[in-house]
Amino acid sequence: MDPSGRWNLHVRDEERLLAEAAEYRGESLWQDAWRRLKRDRTAFWSMIFLAVFVALSLFAPLLPLPSPIALDLKAEPQPPVWTELGNRGFDYTFETDDDYKLAYWDLYWHDKRLVDVRKAVFGDWQTGRWFGTDSKGRDLLSRIVWGSRTSIWVAFAATLCSLVIGVTYGAFSGLIGGRVDNLMMRIVDVLYSIPFIFVVIFILTFLSEPRQDLETESLVDKGWVFFIVIGAIYWLTMARVVRGQVLSLKNSEFIEAARAVGASTARILFVHVVPNVLSVVIVYLTLTIPAIMLFEAFLSFLGLGIEPPKVSWGLLAVDGTDAINPIRTFWWLVVFPAGAMGSTLLALNFLGDGLRDALDPKLRGKH
Amino acid sequence: MSALLEVEDLHKHFPVGKRGLFGRPASWLRAVDGVSFTLERGESLGLVGESGCGKSTTARTVIGLQRATSGSVRLDGAELTHMTRAELQAYRQRMQMIFQDPYASLDPRQTVGSILTEPLIIHGIGRSRERKLRALALLDAVGLNPRHVNRYPHEFSGGQRQRIGIARALALEPDLILCDEPVSALDVSIQAQIVNLLKELQERFGLAYLFIAHDLAVVRQLCHRVAVMYLGRVVETAPRDDLYRDPKHPYTRALLSAVPVPDPRVEETRERIVLEGDVPNPSDPPTGCSFHPRCPERGNVPGDRCAVEIPALEELGARRLRACHLEADDGPRS
Repeated sequence: MDPSGRWNLHVRDEERLLAEAAEYRGESLWQDAWRRLKRDRTAFWSMIFLAVFVALSLFAPLLPLPSPIALDLKAEPQPPVWTELGNRGFDYTFETDDDYKLAYWDLYWHDKRLVDVRKAVFGDWQTGRWFGTDSKGRDLLSRIVWGSRTSIWVAFAATLCSLVIGVTYGAFSGLIGGRVDNLMMRIVDVLYSIPFIFVVIFILTFLSEPRQDLETESLVDKGWVFFIVIGAIYWLTMARVVRGQVLSLKNSEFIEAARAVGASTARILFVHVVPNVLSVVIVYLTLTIPAIMLFEAFLSFLGLGIEPPKVSWGLLAVDGTDAINPIRTFWWLVVFPAGAMGSTLLALNFLGDGLRDALDPKLRGKH
Repeated sequence: MSALLEVEDLHKHFPVGKRGLFGRPASWLRAVDGVSFTLERGESLGLVGESGCGKSTTARTVIGLQRATSGSVRLDGAELTHMTRAELQAYRQRMQMIFQDPYASLDPRQTVGSILTEPLIIHGIGRSRERKLRALALLDAVGLNPRHVNRYPHEFSGGQRQRIGIARALALEPDLILCDEPVSALDVSIQAQIVNLLKELQERFGLAYLFIAHDLAVVRQLCHRVAVMYLGRVVETAPRDDLYRDPKHPYTRALLSAVPVPDPRVEETRERIVLEGDVPNPSDPPTGCSFHPRCPERGNVPGDRCAVEIPALEELGARRLRACHLEADDGPRS
């Protein structure tokens, strides 16, 4: 068909109008939400806090922290010292791959490169005992920072897993509707009724059994199992949330308009439904991440999560509670890990709250 | 040559009270129960009736948003009700729809430009740049500033949004536009603007409209012909002036008598036909003529014919159709 059509629709000075139109660019709902989020002080600072925290954990190998695993078995937990800024105790040399295992554990190659950079920049220098040491003489600050990597990584990966499964499943269920929808949601109901804690414990116990005949050690990285198992649980609620949204969107006139034009189901789903569901999903995500972090900590607490020498916040909490006794309280072993975790969870909740307000179209244009 | 749109004995029934996963529906709601009408090229047909009488369902079934239970819809002689999705695609270009609520009918996350180019993308018309230029021309055609092509729907007023909705319907250069109460959600002053715009577009592009409304004044302004619906059926069809001057069906008379007249002296003497009772439940319609329990003329038909026999749409003179058992020459009592 001729692009100008049989009606031959034209305006004068099309080129100029097109250029001018760029200056009349409107503000999308996303831009509007971002603007309002920035005005929400609590949410905004929570976001900054989280960004700093994520950056710290991502670049942990770059920071001049003591080794998180260097033991000092004779010592008992040392209290924090705030007078000494740092010392020259980081006397490791990294030449072969095994050298990294002395100061850390089996790192990924990019972390090894970061460690090299740290060594080049800071040399032997490392921070002092700002947060004290644990019962095995390991530096607590270093362990908290390295532990945050595990916790944040698990949380993000598992959330992503639940996001992908949940949104796809829920959106299709809602969009197709009828009997298919009914069946898909009954499956979710059935999965909901399974006590997942036991399933997770079963799977993880099974995987942590050393079995030479299967060589699970080399095949299955427990971290990955972790994400998949946790993500596989949390997608259920996500699917329900998304389905509900899709159901209410499905009958809205703009979806009908798209159908009247002849849009395919896939187009309706990805062009019209998903962007409109996304705001609800984002809010739900910020509330899922803390739940997953807590779940990870809980599993580590039970001894089913991350295995030493790696650390996670759950493991640190175990160390902390072990250290509590009526004779001597090693308060820093509880206060610092719990504080790190608590402030992160709180910031995530504040951010979620702010996002909910910012993304609510009914509040648009206000404050 | 056949008419542009021919709708014959169209039925659309919805299941009510379905139980369980495989249960059968307890009953059927007969939203559209045997609607027939034709529409010529360049003509506008008003479809009027109370809310819930099946006007919108008729339009939505005609355009294929819902599958018809039975009956036939022919566009230019081609039967649409049995077509597959792919076959329908070509006919969708010729038939578009304008929706009632301008706040709900535009995707809030799309710019005006992408709303207007979407139909072109779906039907593979033009290249990206040409589509963009077409969007400008469309905005100009509906009286909006083409420079606002990159704005979002929430930055426009209700009337402007409805214009965007109209521009979207025009994008594929259709022959027929179904207007589902396009002005009832708007302010009265804006209503007139939109009606005038629709009129102007009709003259310019030779569009045919199926115009659904419950506002008889709006229909009088825009439509060449009017079909009156009651409980899923068309009870009377007539050219506009004939219908407003001399309604033949008792229901049409009652409907027209309810229209207020802006002149207080005329208004005072206006004779109103007040119907008794409520609109019956469409899942359990009365036997015979569905209007008979409320019909003021029922006594003028011998026997209980009204309660037994469903009246057919019968010719009553030049382009007039009526579904009633009353004697044909029984004109208005004035």
